[in-house]
Amino acid sequence: MSLNAMQLKHVAHLSRIALDEAKIPALLHDLNAILAFAEQLQDPKLDALTPMAHPLDQSQPLRADEVTEENNRTALQQGAPAVERGLFLVPKVIE
Amino acid sequence: MVSYHLNTLTQLRAGLDSRAFSARELTVHFLNRIAVHDGALNSFITQTPEQALQAADLADKRLAAGESGSLLGIPYAHKDIFCTAGVRTTCASKMLGNWVAPYDATVHHKLNAAGAVLLGKTNMDEFAMGSSNENSAFGAVKNPWDHAAVPGGSSGGSAAAVAARLVPIATGTDTGGSIRQPAAYCGITGIKPTYGRVSRFGMIAYASSLDQGGVLGVSAADCAVMLQVMAGHDARDSTSAPVPVPDYAAQLAQPMAGLRIGVPRQWFTQGLAVSVAARIDDALLELEALGATRVAIDLPDAALALAAYYLIAPAEASSNLSRFDGVRFGHRCDHPRDLNDLYERSRSEGFGAEVQRRILIGTYALSAGYYDAFYVRAQRARRQIAAHFAAAFAHCDVIAGPVAPTVAFDLGAHSADPATMYLEDIYTIPVNLAGLPGMSIPVGFAGGRPVGMQLIGPAFSESRLLAVAHQYQQHTDWHQHMPAAYREDVL
Repeated sequence: MSLNAMQLKHVAHLSRIALDEAKIPALLHDLNAILAFAEQLQDPKLDALTPMAHPLDQSQPLRADEVTEENNRTALQQGAPAVERGLFLVPKVIE
Repeated sequence: MVSYHLNTLTQLRAGLDSRAFSARELTVHFLNRIAVHDGALNSFITQTPEQALQAADLADKRLAAGESGSLLGIPYAHKDIFCTAGVRTTCASKMLGNWVAPYDATVHHKLNAAGAVLLGKTNMDEFAMGSSNENSAFGAVKNPWDHAAVPGGSSGGSAAAVAARLVPIATGTDTGGSIRQPAAYCGITGIKPTYGRVSRFGMIAYASSLDQGGVLGVSAADCAVMLQVMAGHDARDSTSAPVPVPDYAAQLAQPMAGLRIGVPRQWFTQGLAVSVAARIDDALLELEALGATRVAIDLPDAALALAAYYLIAPAEASSNLSRFDGVRFGHRCDHPRDLNDLYERSRSEGFGAEVQRRILIGTYALSAGYYDAFYVRAQRARRQIAAHFAAAFAHCDVIAGPVAPTVAFDLGAHSADPATMYLEDIYTIPVNLAGLPGMSIPVGFAGGRPVGMQLIGPAFSESRLLAVAHQYQQHTDWHQHMPAAYREDVL
């Protein structure tokens, strides 16, 4: 189960990471060395086990549907790269 | 000149309470040590001397008003992964290079309320991904025992700062060994509590089902004091455990007689350096002399655990790090052509190589057609690893073994080969997968570099682990050794 260059480009797009063409061979080498560990996971002794999502098998707690947070948009937008009149600025999306 | 940096937290507490010295004097002492030594170590990303002096003065006022508290006026450092309103939180990433959180992490809130004095934010592997602290946008950290060696990671800055006594104690986080391994490499004591013991609110997420905050300090007794303040249920973290917190300091004297220490057969075979195995055997003999008995146990499937971790952690990371989009916070590329270009270039410029590798692996493991073969299989393996621990704890009270296969390696030794670097985590990762508490305590040296021994307990057995470590430290002095170059007072 190793990655080829075409799959890597697809995964990079899903990840929204721009790939430098020149670095693809080295990256493939590193990623496939990591994915080689995953061969272990095909061991049939795992077939009957229930997948474990939480280490203590805790379920998600429920709480009353109440407003607990105040509106602090100005503070939250302090760290944004581009903001105007309380709106995040991005390049034009619709032509 | 008083060498406050050679004192335990208990001694510093007594000195503050008796007014032998003030919180300001203590703070100035450690700030001076940081100023003199950190240029070479690079253990801090951000130093906060002005805020520290204000906090120290406030602590002195509270002390003068008759208040007391275990950490009131005690200086400390945060791993730069805990959000602190008013002080930047970078996670050692260019992505968050100048980001200031609009709120405090629960851990920070608690330490602030306790009157602890923050001296700064420590260096780390970017987004806590790494085992050497070489993956930092702010440069590598050096090991105070040997500047040619790595301090370990990802909490490498906290470990180096404590080892050099630039701070008495520091916070850290541990997703796959990130408290225990740097504690071992730097010859200090570290505790990663049970998953859910310490709130993750405001602790920037790497792998949410594995991440856990904890402490790096000089001794188990010191760690007990700090953990006491940090631990407890937090309604703002939905994975926080609603389990009462015992009085850790009061339980440090738990007797060792009859304690069964499980020693995993599979961890002392090929792959473990002989000199590391020998130091751990010495420590086990010491614990036996104190009344404990050694029991051979089985913890098989270490390679399976490694495989599961290096799919689960990247999978969760790829999801957590999708929030960094160049729009809402953090780095944005110049002159984006369109929205997709903005996302892709902001992320590839903002994230370092290791973070990008893990995002790519994680995205692949979660993508259509591969989810069952990778992610679900890894979660099944996780169940297997947890079952091995449960079986082992039927025969023992705590497990003891190595933290890492070797002592600290040289800077640059593994940085060209990420898969080899991952093997560093073979003894620490299973503990995170099972959500168990683990510690590292110093047990000697090999080739001039410190050796750590790992202690692992059942869920929520922190007080037992701290007690075992404390009893060991009452009868040995490895935890008091410090690198000679950092012993003297600075002027």
